[in-house]
Amino acid sequence: MLKINNLHVKLEEEDKQILKGVDLEVPAGKVHAIMGPNGSGKSTLSYVLSGRDGYEVTAGDATLDGEELLDMEPEERAAAGLFLAFQYPVEIPGVGNMTFLRTAVNAQRKARGEEEMSAADFLKFVRAKAKDLKIDADMLKRPVNVGFSGGEKKRNEILQMAMLEPKMCILDETDSGLDVDAMKLVSEGVNALRDEGRSFLVITHYQRLLDHIKPDVVHIMAAGRIVKSGGPELALEVEHNGYADILAEIDA
Amino acid sequence: MAGVDELIAKEGVEEETVEAVKSLAGAYKYGWETEIEMEYAPKGVNPDIVRLISDKNDEPEWMTEWRLEAFARWEKLDEPSWALLNYPEIDFQDQYYYARPKSMEEKPKSLDDVDPKLLETYKKLGIPLKEQMILAGVDGAEDMPAEGRKVAVDAVFDSVSVGTTFQAELKKAGVIFCSISEAIKEHPELVKKYLGSVVPVSDNYYATLNSAVFSDGSFVYIPPNTRCPMELSTYFRINAENTGQFERTLIIADKGSYVSYLEGCTAPQRDTAQLHAAVVEIIIEEDAEVKYSTVQNWYPGDENGKGGIYNFVTKRADCRGDRSKVMWTQVETGSAVTWKYPSCILRGAESQGEFYSIAITNNYQQADTGTKMVHLGRDTKSRIVSKGISAGKAQNTYRGLVSMHPKAKNSRNYTQCDSLLIGDKCGAHTVPYIEVKNNSSRVEHEATTSKVDEEQMFYCRQRGMDEEEAVALIVNGFAKEVLQALPMEFAMEAQQLVAISLEGSVG
Ligand SMILES: Nc1ncnc2c1ncn2[C@@H]1O[C@H](COP(=O)(O)OP(=O)(O)OP(=O)(O)O)[C@@H](O)[C@H]1O
Ligand SMILES: [Mg+2]
Repeated sequence: MLKINNLHVKLEEEDKQILKGVDLEVPAGKVHAIMGPNGSGKSTLSYVLSGRDGYEVTAGDATLDGEELLDMEPEERAAAGLFLAFQYPVEIPGVGNMTFLRTAVNAQRKARGEEEMSAADFLKFVRAKAKDLKIDADMLKRPVNVGFSGGEKKRNEILQMAMLEPKMCILDETDSGLDVDAMKLVSEGVNALRDEGRSFLVITHYQRLLDHIKPDVVHIMAAGRIVKSGGPELALEVEHNGYADILAEIDA
Repeated sequence: MAGVDELIAKEGVEEETVEAVKSLAGAYKYGWETEIEMEYAPKGVNPDIVRLISDKNDEPEWMTEWRLEAFARWEKLDEPSWALLNYPEIDFQDQYYYARPKSMEEKPKSLDDVDPKLLETYKKLGIPLKEQMILAGVDGAEDMPAEGRKVAVDAVFDSVSVGTTFQAELKKAGVIFCSISEAIKEHPELVKKYLGSVVPVSDNYYATLNSAVFSDGSFVYIPPNTRCPMELSTYFRINAENTGQFERTLIIADKGSYVSYLEGCTAPQRDTAQLHAAVVEIIIEEDAEVKYSTVQNWYPGDENGKGGIYNFVTKRADCRGDRSKVMWTQVETGSAVTWKYPSCILRGAESQGEFYSIAITNNYQQADTGTKMVHLGRDTKSRIVSKGISAGKAQNTYRGLVSMHPKAKNSRNYTQCDSLLIGDKCGAHTVPYIEVKNNSSRVEHEATTSKVDEEQMFYCRQRGMDEEEAVALIVNGFAKEVLQALPMEFAMEAQQLVAISLEGSVG
């Protein structure tokens, strides 16, 4: 599904190298987690994969089902099935959440040559998904993320993901800011989407989330590279001992 | 659940926008011209031309005199230059002041007599078939069942009104809705009493010129305690080349009445700039209310600033009666140059004026627009919400006056003025004038300027929208408050226009 090969990325404006040779492969149907110290480049990786401005790829590449990702516009990547749940979801004043969702769903459908969803079907669909995530009608009407609490914003990201049915989902710290119940809701939302044709890359600092969303593989990122990969037990190790041991091991 | 139904309706509107953005991926949609045989007056303006226009309209002597006086005044005036507008000098003698389709010399009796090109024009403008037939003056068309909700239409093609729909039905309710040329003949007492009573002949350069040479426009009278049974609308279409359009609209809402009036404007795409100088006067008596909505989509010129309409408009509402109310809503997306300040004279006690505006300028367009709220009576209220959007190399100025006179005790104004910039070669300016001459009144003014946010753009694109779709969505969100003030059909059209007029502004 997603293949990242020797990816080097620097800031466009500054001479600052952030990703220094990332190698990563997430096969179809699998859930991979990325953990790593603050500032190690996890969000940067998610932005570069989804095509945000401001970064320059100096070496390496990334493909989604064999298609070269880095040559595409952000919306083309979205239509190809790449979804990013933002660490900091963006507010769009005056644009109803529902309108936003509808525009996004239909834009992707059109890009893929599919027919638009009718108003009635869309409403049914969105209401069902919103109900699962305990998002009420009021939140659907309100402008995108404006005045939403931190947890509401994260649930809203998962709602968008559920509506867009992407094949490669990147979740950037979707668990931070969630209370215990919301964490369960979000995890259930993610688990409901787990499917042999769909993969997840879950960026998190906490083992807690991984209790709910069981990863197949855990990667540790440090200073712009994946420095260690292992099974779910790796997350437990980080939870108990922090990163010091792992980093020392690499330096050695 | 009322909330949910309402939601469906709103969602429906906005989906249309996105569809329109996709399907109308071309440039200006109304840029075609109708090849139709026209009758012109000679170029230029002088007392003979003024007389000729008056004569073509079969006007009584008092009207001709009124025009000639206006012309004499105009000759002594200089064109104003205080607006933040920059355009080549207009040669007022190098214009036609009168043009009408030849086929209009005699009213057609049946559809076969109507110039098919005129019908085609209405169709392209999106006027429904039944309305097209009525406009063309086809017998019996009025009795056909209407499609959907009724909106009475008056269509002004270059210098003349070519027809008004639903007149009979309106007449039953006592409402008069006809062309102003017809009103001058059929209702001289009303016209004499009110014409020039809100915008005096001497008001300003363009209004004075309009008073001399206006060729047609719409007339509305709503009798006391009458709610106009349908929305009234006028479509203005400039077709002929080198021809100025000088229309005149007069709306009178008698005591306790209500009317919602819509105005739409389009023009063909041409290399040479064309002049449009309109005057709209509204008189609102005690407890009456008028809503006036405009979607102005005159040809804006090409992406290099060539051609386009120069739009100099004087619009004013006089809230004469106590508790009278006016609401101006405008969506200004067209024209190369816009000079327009729909105003409210709040004379009656507790009268209210509202002004909601979206002005979009792209490429080399320039807009200097805003409002005047003149508080004369006690306990009067006004509200101004202005959303200016600039893209390309365009300049957008909000110019607004709020004036509280000594007798306007306990009056209130609230002004909110937001500007949005797309790219870094455009400009937004806010010029508020505030005068408060009593100490019990309050004026509040808020202004913001922002740029289309990169983060918002990326967020939308990550969800699958292309750049133009994303900008249209964000801008429609920015202008939401004003779009919501429009009647439903206009809101849809306006949202589409927002998207279309911003084409090429990103990427
Ligand atoms: N636009 C930018 N300008 C300057 N520095 C940047 C920019 N973007 C990223 N960086 C730097 O790159 C490094 C990696 O940042 P990134 O946000 O990817 O880290 P992260 O692993 O997601 O951290 P966290 O766990 O705190 O979310 C940091 O040192 C950050 O300051
Ligand atoms: Mg991060």
